[in-house]
Amino acid sequence: MALFRVLDPITRRRLTNFRGNRRGYWAFWAFLFLFAITLPAELIANNKPLFVWYDGEPYVPFLVAYPETDFDGDFQTEADYRDPFVQELIAEKDGWIVWPLIPYSYQTINYDLPTPAPSAPSAENWLGTDDQGRDVVARLIYGFRISVLFGLALTILSSVVGIAAGAVQGYYGGWIDLLAQRALEVWGGVPVLYILIILASVIIPSFWTLLGLMILFSWTSLVGLVRAEFLRARNFDYVRAARALGVTDRVIMVRHVLPNAMVSTLTFLPFILNGSVTTLTALDFLGFGLPPGSPSLGELLNQGRSNLQAPWLGLSGFVVVALMLSLLTFIGEAVRDAFDPRKMPS
Amino acid sequence: MTLLDIKDLAVRFTVEGRAVDAVKGVGFTIDKGETLALVGESGSGKSVTALSVLQLLPQPMASHPTGSITFDGLEMVGASDKKLRSVRGNRVSMIFQEPMTSLNPLHNIEKQISEPLILHKNMSRTEARKRTGELLELVGLGNLKGRLKDFPHTLSGGQRQRVMIAMALANEPDLLIADEPTTALDVTVQAQILKLLKELQAKLGMAILFITHDLTIVRRFSDRVCVMTDGLIVEAGPVAEVFDNPQHEYTRHLLASEPKGVPEPVPADNRPLLETDDLKVWFPIKRGVFRRTESYIKAVDGIDVTVRPRETIGVVGESGSGKTTLGMAILRLIASKGGIRFDGKDLQGLDFKELRPLRQEIQVVFQDPYGSLSPRMSIKDIIGEGLKVHGMGGTEAERRSLVGEAMEEVGLEPGMIDRYPHEFSGGQRQRIAIARAMVLRPRFVVLDEPTSALDMSVQAQIVELLRKLQMDHDLAYLFISHDLRVVRAMSHHVLVMKDGNVVETGSAEAIFDAPQVGYTKALMAAALNLETIEDDSVRA
Repeated sequence: MALFRVLDPITRRRLTNFRGNRRGYWAFWAFLFLFAITLPAELIANNKPLFVWYDGEPYVPFLVAYPETDFDGDFQTEADYRDPFVQELIAEKDGWIVWPLIPYSYQTINYDLPTPAPSAPSAENWLGTDDQGRDVVARLIYGFRISVLFGLALTILSSVVGIAAGAVQGYYGGWIDLLAQRALEVWGGVPVLYILIILASVIIPSFWTLLGLMILFSWTSLVGLVRAEFLRARNFDYVRAARALGVTDRVIMVRHVLPNAMVSTLTFLPFILNGSVTTLTALDFLGFGLPPGSPSLGELLNQGRSNLQAPWLGLSGFVVVALMLSLLTFIGEAVRDAFDPRKMPS
Repeated sequence: MTLLDIKDLAVRFTVEGRAVDAVKGVGFTIDKGETLALVGESGSGKSVTALSVLQLLPQPMASHPTGSITFDGLEMVGASDKKLRSVRGNRVSMIFQEPMTSLNPLHNIEKQISEPLILHKNMSRTEARKRTGELLELVGLGNLKGRLKDFPHTLSGGQRQRVMIAMALANEPDLLIADEPTTALDVTVQAQILKLLKELQAKLGMAILFITHDLTIVRRFSDRVCVMTDGLIVEAGPVAEVFDNPQHEYTRHLLASEPKGVPEPVPADNRPLLETDDLKVWFPIKRGVFRRTESYIKAVDGIDVTVRPRETIGVVGESGSGKTTLGMAILRLIASKGGIRFDGKDLQGLDFKELRPLRQEIQVVFQDPYGSLSPRMSIKDIIGEGLKVHGMGGTEAERRSLVGEAMEEVGLEPGMIDRYPHEFSGGQRQRIAIARAMVLRPRFVVLDEPTSALDMSVQAQIVELLRKLQMDHDLAYLFISHDLRVVRAMSHHVLVMKDGNVVETGSAEAIFDAPQVGYTKALMAAALNLETIEDDSVRA
C-alpha cells in the first residue's frame, strides 16, 4: 500500500481502473497463480524424486544425475527411481524417498497400465494417459508452461523489433517511411503457414528456431500502431523543444516519444500474447510445431482427435487451452480499461 | 421582463469519490433583449454556469446541490429530457469557443444548419433549405449559398463561427449563450463576429449571455457584467459602473492585470546578435505522377530581422501569416534559405553536431504550456535535460541545484522539483518552459506566443518575468504574438507580417501610434478597440 501511494496519480488511476474490472483482476491473479505453479514444473511433476535419504547421506535426484551404482545397483547409467528394484535398494539401507505430487514427467511412460494406452483416468493417472502411456496431467503442466513461455518470448521479442521499426518509420517519415511501408506490405503477403510447413520438412524445429521463424513474421503487428503514435508525436511542442535543446534523435525517440506511445502498445500486448499462444498450439496440432515428444497442448488436442474413444484427452486439452486464452483475454480487457483515459474509476 | 432567473446555483463534480464544487451559489437574471457578460479566469466556473442553463453537464458526475434556473417560467434543474430538448436549440441556443471542433466534419453546411429546423419546426427539406439560405445571408455568408454541399473543412475559422451562429439562430431563440465565441479567432475576425452578434441582437431582439475572459469585449459589448472567481460572483452591475468604480478587490485586480508599460530602451551601442538576410521558407506543392514541383507556398518570403542584446523584436500577424514559421526557421528547426547570422557565425549549412553547441545560446518557449512539456517526465528531468545535453553542471547533484536555481528565478518553488507537469496550472507550466530555456543561460530566445494560452492576470505576470529576465541576462528576444497588447508591453521594434511578407516595420511607438499601412491600421483597430475597418487585405 505504501508503494501505491508514492506512484504518480496517473499510474494510480490506472491501477484503480485495472482493479475496477473485477473479472480481469481475478483473471490476472488466476493466471499468475497458474503460471507460478507451472513454472517450477520439475518440482510438481517429475519421474525423479525431489529428495532421497540413502545410507546416512542426502541426494537430490531432480537436480543431479546419480548413477545406479551409487545405490549399489548394477548399471553405470542414471538410476531409474521408478524401478521397484532401485526402490528396494534404497529401502534396504534405511533410506526413504520424497516424490513430487505427480510422479511422472512429461515423457515418463507408465508401463504398468491396467488397460492398453490411452488408459482412462485413475487414482494413479488423474486424467489418464495419452496413447503412448504418458501421464496427461504432467503433460498439461509442462505444456501450459511451454505455451506461456513461448508466447511471452514471442510477444516481447516481436514487440521490441516492431516498436523499433515503427518508431524509426514514424519519427523520420518521408522516404524511410514510404519504403518501409511498401516493404512491410510485401512481407505481409508471404504465406506464413506454407513457409513454416516447408521449413519444418527441411529442418526439425526446436523451441528456439521455431521462435526465430515466428518472430520473422509476427513483428509487423505493432509497427502500424507505433508508427502512427510517432507520426503524431513528432510535431508536438515538447519534441520541438527537445530538438531546440540539441537533444539527439535517438534520445528524443526513447525518452520523449516512446513513453507516450507505450500506452497504446501495452494495451495491445495481452492480445498479441494470446495470438502467439494460439499460433503455437495450432502449429503443434498440425504437427509442424515443437519437436516430437515435447509436451505441447496442440499435440494433446491432436491425440484427442485421433482417439475419440478416449474423451479425457481432447476434453482436458480443450479445457486448459480455453481457460488460458480466456484468462488472457480478460486480462487484456482490464489492461485496456486501465489505459482508457475516458474511463473513470467507478 | 425577466427571461432567465438563476438563484443560488451550485454545481458539484464528483470524481473518484472526491467532490469538487465548481460553482458555489451564484444568482443573476437576464431580461429580454439584454446582454449580460460573465467574466472570469479559467476555472472560475463561468462556463459550467452557462452549461447548466441547458443542463448540458455530464449528469451523474455533475450535480446541483442547491439552486434553481428558471427560463421563462420553466424550471430547468431536474426537468425531463423531453422538456429540455424542446428548449435546447429552439428557445435557448449556444455558440461554442472552438469553431474547428464544434461543427461535425462529416456533415455538409446545409445539414448542419437545417438540423435544428427539421428537429424543432418540423420543416420539410425544401423549406429548411430556403431558411438555411436566409440564415446564411443573415450571418453575412451570402456568398456561401451556392456551396451548401461543402464540408466544414473548406471554410475558414471565421466562416465556421458564422455557420455556428447561423445554426444557433435558426429557430430565433430568445436567449443566446455565447461561450467565448471569439477566443479562437484572429483579432480582425473577432471584431467582425462581435459586430455581427450586435447587429443580430438588434434585429431579433434576443438576450445574450456572453462568457469571456476578455475585458475589452465586455466593455464594448455588454450592458451588465458579473465578475466570477472561484465559483462565486463577487461583483455585478452595469458595465460602466463596475469598470469605472470596481468595489471588490478581485475586480480591481482583474482590471489592473492587463499587460501594461513598455520595455526599457536598448543601450545604443549594443551590436546586433542575430541577423537574418532575405530568409525564405518555401514549401513545394507537388503534383502529377512524377511529383514535380509546380509551385511553392511561400510561408516566409524574404525577411530581414536584426536583434540586439536587451532588445525585443515583436512579430505580429494573423494565423497563417508565417510568424511561427519564421521563428522555427531561425532556430533551424525547419529548412530555410537565406542568411542567419548569430554572433558573427553563419548558422545555415551547419550540421547537427556543429549546431549543437549553439543550441545552448539560442532557446525557445512555445505557446501551449500543456503540449510543450513531456507529460511523463518530472520537472527536474524536463529542465535538466538541456544541462545534460550540453554537459553543464557536471554531477547529478550540481545539475539538481542548477535546476532549483532556475526554478527560483522564474518564480517557482524549488521544492516542487520532483513533481510532474500535470500537477501545475497553465501559468506555472509556462514558467517551467521558461526555466527550461533559461537554465542554459541563452543569449537569444524565440518566444512563440508564450502568453496566448494563459489567463489575463497570468499573462501580465509572465510579461513581467520575461522583461526582468531580459534585463538580468542581456537577453535578445524574438517575440511572436497575435496579441497586440502584450506585444506593446514587450517590444522595442515590431514587424507586421501578412502572407509571409513584412507589410510594415518600425519602432513599437511608430507602429502602434501611427500605423501607415491599411492592414496594420485594421489590425490595430480590431485588436485594441474591437472595431472593424474596411480593408481589402482583411479576410473574413
